[in-house]
Amino acid sequence: MLKLHGNALSTNLKLGNHSLLTVTRTNCSDKARGSYAYLMNGQTPDSGYGCYLDFSGRLNNFSSIDGYLNLPVEMDYLEEGDIISVESSGHTNVVFRRNSPHNTILLTERCNHYCLMCSQPPKDVDDSWLMNEAMKLLDLIPKETGNIGFSGGEPTLYGDDFISLIKKAKLSLPNTAIDVLTNGRRFSDPKFAKAYADINHPDCLLGIPIYSDDPVRHNYVVQADGAFDETVKGILNLKKYGQKVEIRIVIHKQTIGRLVETCEFIARNLLFVDHVALMGLEMMGFTRANLDSLWIDPLEYKDILSRAVKVLNAYGIRTSVYNHQLCLVNPDVLPNYVKSISDWKNEFVDECEPCLRKSECGGFFSSSKIHRYSDNITPFTSLSHAK
Amino acid sequence: MPFQRQGLQGMSKFQSVEFFKKKKNEYSLLPFRFERLDNQRRVLTNLAGEYLVINEGELKAFVNHALEEQSDAYINLRAKHFLVDEKSEVAKELLEIKLRTKYSNLSEFTALHMFVVTLRCEHSCPYCQVSRQSDDKLKFDMTEEIADKAIDFALRSPARAIKIEFQGGEPLLNFPIIQYVVEEANRRKNDKNVSYVIATNLALIDESILKYCKEKSIQISTSLDGPEDLHNNNRPRPGKNSYEKAISGIKMVREHLGVDSVSALMTTTRSSLNRVKEIIDEYLAQDMEGIFLRPLSPYGFALKTKSFKAYGVEEWNKFYEQGLEYIIELNKKGVAFKEYYAATILAKMFTSQDPGYVDLMSPAGIGISAIIYNYDGVVYPSDESRMLAEMGDKSFRLGNVLTNSYEEIFLNEALLGPIEESFAYSVPMCNECAFEDYCGADPVFHHGVHKDFVARKPESQFCNRNMSIFKYLINRMESDQFVKELFMKWGQPHA
Repeated sequence: MLKLHGNALSTNLKLGNHSLLTVTRTNCSDKARGSYAYLMNGQTPDSGYGCYLDFSGRLNNFSSIDGYLNLPVEMDYLEEGDIISVESSGHTNVVFRRNSPHNTILLTERCNHYCLMCSQPPKDVDDSWLMNEAMKLLDLIPKETGNIGFSGGEPTLYGDDFISLIKKAKLSLPNTAIDVLTNGRRFSDPKFAKAYADINHPDCLLGIPIYSDDPVRHNYVVQADGAFDETVKGILNLKKYGQKVEIRIVIHKQTIGRLVETCEFIARNLLFVDHVALMGLEMMGFTRANLDSLWIDPLEYKDILSRAVKVLNAYGIRTSVYNHQLCLVNPDVLPNYVKSISDWKNEFVDECEPCLRKSECGGFFSSSKIHRYSDNITPFTSLSHAK
Repeated sequence: MPFQRQGLQGMSKFQSVEFFKKKKNEYSLLPFRFERLDNQRRVLTNLAGEYLVINEGELKAFVNHALEEQSDAYINLRAKHFLVDEKSEVAKELLEIKLRTKYSNLSEFTALHMFVVTLRCEHSCPYCQVSRQSDDKLKFDMTEEIADKAIDFALRSPARAIKIEFQGGEPLLNFPIIQYVVEEANRRKNDKNVSYVIATNLALIDESILKYCKEKSIQISTSLDGPEDLHNNNRPRPGKNSYEKAISGIKMVREHLGVDSVSALMTTTRSSLNRVKEIIDEYLAQDMEGIFLRPLSPYGFALKTKSFKAYGVEEWNKFYEQGLEYIIELNKKGVAFKEYYAATILAKMFTSQDPGYVDLMSPAGIGISAIIYNYDGVVYPSDESRMLAEMGDKSFRLGNVLTNSYEEIFLNEALLGPIEESFAYSVPMCNECAFEDYCGADPVFHHGVHKDFVARKPESQFCNRNMSIFKYLINRMESDQFVKELFMKWGQPHA
């Protein structure tokens, strides 16, 4: 697992708080230097860069340079074109990695849901600086970037500012596909849905969760009364205006019981959605606290997963199975099986050592490897998918 | 003494305001209908035609507002929009969308336009309703003048995509008029999407016809009643080689136009009844993707020659169910094969999109889904109604393209009357039938058999036959997960 943020080991920073800097190892003109983080190479660098990056003090003979920033060695993967956000304390967040297909920008930790399995537990704090930073970041991200994600918390809590962000993304990164993780409730307001649709972003997908066809169960999972109706109405409004919507279902003990019915509900009522993602549980945040009421071994539900996928496939709804290990799904799921775990979270466990099909497998969340994964991992000893 | 106003609390007849406030966990029923599936189970259908099977006790508790909120039945009924409570009120909006989707095709009416280019035929099938053994081209062939007018009508349809089907008799006996219609329709169609199909017994197909079909992307539909002896028995022609002609014709069509360019229809006669597997095997042998198991229609010569009465509903149902069981078995063995009548009904069970099959529509599909221009210019609102007319029942004669305008034809009481009268949602017994959404009005059948657009449903073979199929399909799905998955796939419009 990549370390995406860390405290400085030592600094000699002269920066304002939350400075966004693009990592570089090539010299650039005087004027531009202030917005770059220079990757030191042992030579005496030019002056004027926003900061000078060192890792575990390898080059501490330069520690007296204005802007010296000594980060943990686990972050020395930083490369040309990556973007970091540096606090005045020296705490550094890697907010964009040029070579990663999975750049997700956190917009807020506030949320009007309190999901049992939230991987990013909400905090009721004013963190609108994250939105300001995201707006600035859009100017720094290279135009050729294929895809970025926005997540939270609940990004639409910003209301008009969220609309402005997507507008800006369209202007600054016209060729970049956007994925937004949202609970969709805000779009139950037709005016908000219309304002979003009016941006007319060419490739923006809203990933919206529906955890059950039973409103009570959905509301229980997200811990919010009335959430189901607002989410469904939000999706209806978005599709009325022709917007792209993906439905995301996290599979766990509280959702597996009606997973097939939920997929039937989607097929009958929300057939027009663009994609359905059936996702395994990530061992982060609240999931660990609620593990007893959430954990079910994927081996136990693989037949239910197969049935759910068959329903969606029958109706021609594009469907993907995310965050599952290859040895825990039935072969009939394979056409929908996607290696989805972000590169910085993806790992294998010891049991996988002899497996011949690791290259086809999505592997594990780093968090699963540490906290909980199936007791039934079975390495493939041949290249075929024996049942 | 002034009237002494008594405090409300003192008058026991009046309830406190608390009484009128809705109690917690009360639910309201949404419109639904139900039917016995067997002794214990009831099938319920909601306003959008989605079904749910629950047991009798649950149904009773449900309608008495006594169903336990935590029970599976309650949760299923709420999720499938049979009830609303304060936990969710989105059901009405969703039902509304589904219902609107179901009827959305109505504004785009008349997708299928059948041109009877000749009544002449070299076959003499006893069950055929209309054909003539004659060389009198003047008497039984469609003229260019009539074709011209019919093309005008077809192109005036609100439907954006229309299909022109050439019918007979044997339409290849008048191929020049087919070419004329294709050329003219293509020339005049503007932005309308027009596709063509020829319904032929293939006995007269040849290279030059196929070359033309390929050039104009014309599809072929043919008749195949089953194995050679059965087919030839059902479909006599000089040389007694109808089967051989059909099989070699299918092969030829595929070579020229592609594998998917030919489809086949079968008709079930008395001699077919105990041979359903052989019939299906014949379709498999001809590489067909499915079969439409079709009963004889009670029109035309079929009625006259008594071949229609040759079997009743029960015999038909037995034949049909045997066929379907065999097809299910085939699928279980990995042979993908489909029964199209079931698929049409399943599309109504599993989706909100109406497949637009004339017999299974309400409002009736006559005129709305199809229209037929006879060789002499007379217009009927379906193939069956022209057959009825051939038997002397001219109730559905809408006029003639030579003398009547489009408006006169489509606003003719002979069309609007039966559509309105037979609309199943308001017909006695249909209106309360759980399967009304899956069924159709079919005023033509009922007028043909019962001399009434509606008829008494317990006496209707149409009703009996379909009720039995609906229950059979649901029973089959509910008892076998494989069948449910198979049927769900059959029921998709894109499948």
